[in-house]
Amino acid sequence: MDLSDDQRAELWLGALVCGVVVLLLAMLGFILREAWPSFAHNGLSWFGSGGSADRQLQSIFDSGTANGPQQYEIHAWPMIWSTVLTTTGAVAISFVCSLFVAAFLVKFAPDPIKRVLEPVVRLLASVPSVIYGLVGVLVIVPFIGQHLITESERASVTPVIQLSGYSLLAAVLILTVMTAPVMIAIFAEGLRSVPRGWLEGSLALGVNEWRTFWKIAVRTARPALIAGTVLACARALGESVMLFMVSGSVGFAPNPADGLIVLFEPSRGLAPTILQNTDGLSSPPMAHTLYAIAALLLFSALTLSLVGWAVKRPMKRYQHAGGVA
Amino acid sequence: MSTLGTIAPGPPVNGRRGSSSMAMRSASWRVTDRIGLGIAWLLGLIFCAICAAIVLFLLIEGLRFIRPSMLVTNPRAGFTQSQTGGFLGPMIGTVIVALIAIGMAGPLGVAIGVWLAEFGRPRAMARIAESTIEMLAGAPTVVLALFGVLLFESEPLGFLSVTNSNGVVFGKSFFAAGTILALVALPLVVTTVREGLQAIPDHVREASYALGKTRIATTRRILLPAIRPSVITGTMLGVGRVVGDTAIILLLLGDTPLQGVGSAPLLSTLRGTGSTLTSYIYNNAPTGELNQPNKAYAAAFVLLAIVLTLNVLVDVSGRRARERRWS
Repeated sequence: MDLSDDQRAELWLGALVCGVVVLLLAMLGFILREAWPSFAHNGLSWFGSGGSADRQLQSIFDSGTANGPQQYEIHAWPMIWSTVLTTTGAVAISFVCSLFVAAFLVKFAPDPIKRVLEPVVRLLASVPSVIYGLVGVLVIVPFIGQHLITESERASVTPVIQLSGYSLLAAVLILTVMTAPVMIAIFAEGLRSVPRGWLEGSLALGVNEWRTFWKIAVRTARPALIAGTVLACARALGESVMLFMVSGSVGFAPNPADGLIVLFEPSRGLAPTILQNTDGLSSPPMAHTLYAIAALLLFSALTLSLVGWAVKRPMKRYQHAGGVA
Repeated sequence: MSTLGTIAPGPPVNGRRGSSSMAMRSASWRVTDRIGLGIAWLLGLIFCAICAAIVLFLLIEGLRFIRPSMLVTNPRAGFTQSQTGGFLGPMIGTVIVALIAIGMAGPLGVAIGVWLAEFGRPRAMARIAESTIEMLAGAPTVVLALFGVLLFESEPLGFLSVTNSNGVVFGKSFFAAGTILALVALPLVVTTVREGLQAIPDHVREASYALGKTRIATTRRILLPAIRPSVITGTMLGVGRVVGDTAIILLLLGDTPLQGVGSAPLLSTLRGTGSTLTSYIYNNAPTGELNQPNKAYAAAFVLLAIVLTLNVLVDVSGRRARERRWS
């Protein structure tokens, strides 16, 4: 069969893309296969609470190295809850702040500030998370431990956990600082590509600048707002190193019903749990448990981008009208 | 269509008049609107302050603890922070890992980006490829690292790392870490290349076809040279991500001093284990095994300098991409 250059090139490139797609789908399959034993043994109680998660992980690990029957019992709720708390907390705070900062950056800031702020936002978005973790563990955590936690609070929870500054508050604060630049960058991009004529039309009708911005620009840029939020959520969800460094690494589920003290309680999310137990990969049941956690993370990330896509779809119609990229 | 850059000039639309006139003009606004404007200013200034605090703090702490000798000595065991050497090994490790990852992700990303933008048939397959790449972009790096463990501890890929006498594959090597980090960088390269190609208007391609060029020749001779700035931007963004990643390094690079395996010069390094600046910082933080904050600050300073340089490169190449006009 004689193929032209074009056809051959298209085939080669297509094959390459197929290869990468197959590799990535294989990744999904492999991780699910490795995760299955842990899910199968626990059923839905995998996601529930009960007992100490740390002790369960320890006995799973021990059963893999000893000769007895293999243990799989795990109730991962404390980890899941910690991830939910840190992610929603950080993303909620940074969404509100980022929207205002993006508005400031795009519209209301004086030019010199604009010129400085833009590259700085991009720099902050690309600072490695381990550096944020380092700053957190050397500055924020000691500050919380020494100045914010009172002795009576410390004493009130002594039988259960220790309050040392490694806390939910530190985790949420630093995660907010980490996710905000990502959001600001994407929000600002979206706000900038709102057609000028739309804004001028509103201004010409006598609507003031703030209203115009809020009612026209922000509303038109909704797809960008969602894209930024989804990206920030994914980043917060998958953050392991920084959280491992500042959140205290205790398999404990902070209870918001306790009041403000919940902010000072340590916890450990799903991703940091994997990082902490990498030595456990040599023990088969532990490895299956860790892959189960990884599968849950991957599934959440997938759901997140799916939700983002579904929410963005009905908003797309404005984009063609205005020629927004 | 210049929707990039700041909102286009013209006095009524932008706030170029400075703060005083802004306050003057807002005097007639409703109270709620003025409060909103105030919050925007407040949060904006707070954000500036936080940025300045982080950057200045790291610069000051880094400059306080860094010594030129740290850049040329390897980490050693020692009792005080003055005896434990520097971080030459981790720096070399960072460079090696970045080179491997970008050596793989660069060409692969360009190929995928070209296929998606220029060919993309059948449609269904293009959609699948797009969503898979998007999935990869959203996947946590710890999960990718675990996949890497699965991949490189398997028997068929055992030749890429050490296999001990019992036939157990160690699965940790520069090659393993570099490959998985390439997956981290891949979506960034693909997205920028694709966007670059889509920004080239069709009449450029048609002009080339009219001169008798084939499609692939057009891509190679016209389109790829035209999007070189985009390729550079994507690659640099990828390197930034690769250089800053810690989880994959901890799981797949072994976190040891630089040591080769076997005798073949280049291959031994690739199959060997090592460490990078990120894992060095991680270990030297108070939560790590070594707990030498001074060293961690110094290494963080170097890492930040690398990231800053990459950012400047992205800015420069991005500006060049924007200056190109197809009329």
